[in-house]
Amino acid sequence: MIPPLIQVFVEGAGLAGPGLRGWAESLGVLRGEAAYEPAPFEPPPIALLPPAERRRAGTAIRLAIGTGLEALTEAGREPTSMAMVFTSSSGDTATVADILAVLATDRREVSPTRFHNSVHNAPAGYWAVATGSCEPSTSLCAFDSSFSAGLLDAAAQAVVDERPVTLVAYDLPYPEPLNKVRPIAGPVALALVLTPWSTERTRARLTLRPASHAATTMADSGLERLRLTNPAARGLPLLAALAAERGGTVHLDSAAGTGATILVEPR
Amino acid sequence: MRPLALSHMCVASSVGFGLDATLTALRSGQSGLSPRPFETVTLPTWTGEIQALDNIRLQGEHAAFDCRNNRLAEVALGQDGFAEAVRAAIERYGTARVALVVGTSTSGILQTEQAFRARDPATGELPSDFHYEQTHNTGSLAAYLRARLGIEGPAFVISCACASSAKAFGNAARMIAAGLCDAAVVGGSDSLCLTTLYGFHSLALNAPGPCRPFDVARDGISIGEAAGFVLLERPSSRDANVHLLGFGESNDAHHMSSPHPEGAGARLAMERALSSAGIGAEQIDYINMHGTATRVGDIAEDLAVFNLFGDGPARGSTKGHTGHTLGAAGIVEAIISALAIEHGLVPGTPHTETIDPAFHGRYQLAAETGRVDRVLSNSFGFGGSNCSLVFGAP
Repeated sequence: MIPPLIQVFVEGAGLAGPGLRGWAESLGVLRGEAAYEPAPFEPPPIALLPPAERRRAGTAIRLAIGTGLEALTEAGREPTSMAMVFTSSSGDTATVADILAVLATDRREVSPTRFHNSVHNAPAGYWAVATGSCEPSTSLCAFDSSFSAGLLDAAAQAVVDERPVTLVAYDLPYPEPLNKVRPIAGPVALALVLTPWSTERTRARLTLRPASHAATTMADSGLERLRLTNPAARGLPLLAALAAERGGTVHLDSAAGTGATILVEPR
Repeated sequence: MRPLALSHMCVASSVGFGLDATLTALRSGQSGLSPRPFETVTLPTWTGEIQALDNIRLQGEHAAFDCRNNRLAEVALGQDGFAEAVRAAIERYGTARVALVVGTSTSGILQTEQAFRARDPATGELPSDFHYEQTHNTGSLAAYLRARLGIEGPAFVISCACASSAKAFGNAARMIAAGLCDAAVVGGSDSLCLTTLYGFHSLALNAPGPCRPFDVARDGISIGEAAGFVLLERPSSRDANVHLLGFGESNDAHHMSSPHPEGAGARLAMERALSSAGIGAEQIDYINMHGTATRVGDIAEDLAVFNLFGDGPARGSTKGHTGHTLGAAGIVEAIISALAIEHGLVPGTPHTETIDPAFHGRYQLAAETGRVDRVLSNSFGFGGSNCSLVFGAP
């Protein structure tokens, strides 16, 4: 049987995390030319949001939207006509943990804002408000395989609907006691602008297929630790291959069932 | 899009388990809503609870997945020979060629709510028998079904609030079109929990009695729980009686928990669904509306439907049968749409007595028999996430 293949093109990337202050700023670290030095990272407010939404947007929403916008800027594209795929293992960890703590009290007074922010698609909703885009968005989850599942979904949409699609993967630490049962490092977010055809802004061609293969690791031990402890960071080997501008094959984690093998060919 | 066959279906909700029980309830107007308090909840509201879930446990190799949401999925899988049909599809196509795209909003979070109440008073730690990955995580429904059904194709959960399991049809259709799989198990499971009951209470959206969609006196939603699945594949000689003809998605870009006042995003999703199906508005015979019975949500959807369809097709909401099953609403109403087509039935709008005089078009209060060739089904969620599906006879 011929393995199913999907071909898409990368126009831009976004990256945020401890010691990773943007795609362009992280190229040296991703290429192994500069040492990776983790440093605390707090995603900045989203200027595009109206004041009320800007106040209500917590760390998870700012992280996801900021990184998606960075990738679009890198690609030189406007967000208004862009289809979006948001993927995350655990969504807005702080908001969900807060609601759980409140529900364990006698009064159970859940905050209405926290409740609507707790849905897995909250970043997609805030994205639409920020950009004014009515284009479709998907919000999905596959535990530790969330990045590769999101990439397959975004690539399928780009190819089938013949339109650019932006993928945003994000994950953040839980407070205790959930941190103990689901330790997540970070916050980390990765974003890619994918097109179904080559453009003058194309940086690389990706040929993808679903696969279960031992994952490609990061050479730097600090980045490898990040890869293993944050589901969004499972996509770091793909960003490293894009940063290196060398051809190669990247295997993404299939621990939770949806892995992918990607042939990366720079333009 | 090229039509895809719904070659097998299964469903479990508060009106009953299986297609026959669901069809009977649709015909008779039966409602699964009741004022019985759920778990330790003390709110004055009705729910569409499935009491049998309290007595079911997932056991053996799947014991770690045991939680209300996965139990509910298991009950649905056991109906109408669905698990066997998936096994046959896997034999036909190969384990890696069947995908799984399912929706949920709250997954097994009830398990975590209970675990928080059982935290160690000294250390604050969660009990040692709490399984985060297999119950709480949004991906747990896909992980459970994958293990249970032996599926090795791409598997993930769509979580777009109340549009989740409607949108799953679109993701699966694209994966089939892209050649990533030959067939997909599509659907979802969403179960009662404190997060949604107290969360909707905080927004003053829970009705004190049973929900009354589009009624002049409507006063909020009744939260229900349900699971359902379909096997989606390219039409063939094995064909079933109903096809997915099109889907449309949009975002409101307006507000996190209030719809656009004129339903602009909803209209865009419906227009895209008709365009995807390659049909005109006049070719729809029945619209299964999102119709949750909130004051503003029903106004916006009534306007959006009227602006696109005029007085045209019969329309209504089946939320009074099942309650609003949130992330499962899309799949439950997809299956209701399929039953309507297969059995020549226009479903009614139970609990609703007097349609709001401000509303437009032909609302179907009681079910009646009649030819139904094409149905449009709406699912809209928090975050302004909209999805419309078009189903039809082949």
